Amino acid sequence: MKDVKILGTGCKRCVATAEMMQAEADRLGIAVQIEKVTDYAAIAGYGIASTPGIVIDGKVVHAGGLPKHADVTAWLAA
Amino acid sequence: MTTAPLIASPTKTCCAPTIQPATPAASRRPVVLTVLAVALWFVVYWQLEPFSNWAVAQLPLVHGGHLEEAMSFFIFDTPKVLMLLALVVFGMGVVRSYFSPERTRAFLAGKHEGVGNIAAASLGILTPFCSCSAVPLFVGFVSAGVPLGVTFSFLIASPMINEVALGLLFGLVGWQVAATYLVFGLSVSIIAGWVIGRLHLEGWLESWVRDVRSATVDLPAARISAPDRIDAGLEALRDIFGRVWFWIIVGIAAGAFIHGYVPAELLSQIMGSGHWWSVPAAVLIGVPIYSNAAGIIPVVEALLGKGAALGTVLAFMMAVTALSAPEMIILRKVLSPRLLAVFVAIVTVGIIAVGYLFNALFT
Repeated sequence: MKDVKILGTGCKRCVATAEMMQAEADRLGIAVQIEKVTDYAAIAGYGIASTPGIVIDGKVVHAGGLPKHADVTAWLAA
Repeated sequence: MTTAPLIASPTKTCCAPTIQPATPAASRRPVVLTVLAVALWFVVYWQLEPFSNWAVAQLPLVHGGHLEEAMSFFIFDTPKVLMLLALVVFGMGVVRSYFSPERTRAFLAGKHEGVGNIAAASLGILTPFCSCSAVPLFVGFVSAGVPLGVTFSFLIASPMINEVALGLLFGLVGWQVAATYLVFGLSVSIIAGWVIGRLHLEGWLESWVRDVRSATVDLPAARISAPDRIDAGLEALRDIFGRVWFWIIVGIAAGAFIHGYVPAELLSQIMGSGHWWSVPAAVLIGVPIYSNAAGIIPVVEALLGKGAALGTVLAFMMAVTALSAPEMIILRKVLSPRLLAVFVAIVTVGIIAVGYLFNALFT
């Protein structure tokens, strides 16, 4: 079970990013636990300065804008 | 495996570019198409004036009347502004794919005040950043060791001197005014940020902001190809155009009204350089008005055409774009009311000073 955190305060792209991660995980048949982090202090604590951010198993892999589809696949499969 | 819906508000969109993957084989075509599209843009753009003259002549209006003046402004300016905006936003979307807030922050974290303020204001123009990211950005900067004043230089420059403002000023009013706006906007951002830094107001941040200890994130450098950058430009175009087109039309309509109906004598009397109070009055009127730069520039164009003093008009525009209620509400989450008041006061004074200076230099 991969632990995926989406860092963002509720903008459209944060929603889209979360949906993208879920859809790709379903497609690959990987079990994920997606959690949204909307608290400003918590988001800043991860060290990113732009949202949405993606944290997989405690590691920040992306910040700012929708991720590339190919990258999402790579992160989930890793 | 549950996904609770995020709270989405229709007015919030993040502006960071979306970059889609491209296969190497298909990497040539988007570049060629872009060059063709830009060439076509220029062909159409050069035909706008004859076309709008012809279109206005077809209208059943009294020649030389107020309504004809207003209509010709509207019919010429609407496609012109929209086309200029499209080109500028696309171009800046491509340029901005070379910058990211995280990289800007890493660059600024080691800088001292002074040099740091100058670098922050300049990067504020180029770094993609939107209001829904303002709080994470602010906290991210401050907690990573970017001095408070330097962070403010960035936050002031970013909305005030953006690609939309500069591109439209350049296209509609002329490069001299655009260059002046750039220099003065940078000066206000640098000096206001420096002053806030000198005042040592870190204690006036909301307490949770001071407690954030952020890890320094080390993101792998993304490999971005030319088609990816073009996609980033197109994404910026979709995003920004979708949000501002309405305000532009409103702005052009206001500009058209001023152009056709407001007597030049009245306007140059009020907004000319003759009165000491015209600059502060323009700024005080501008602060509560919230408009995107794109909406305010047709108004600026019309005001200048009626003989308003340049310093007064630019001060008005800076007040409208740099200080706005939505931005204050967002900043209130990280700044105490006192610090927010200091921020507004310093920026307002800076803009007024710039207006006076420019009127004094160019009359």
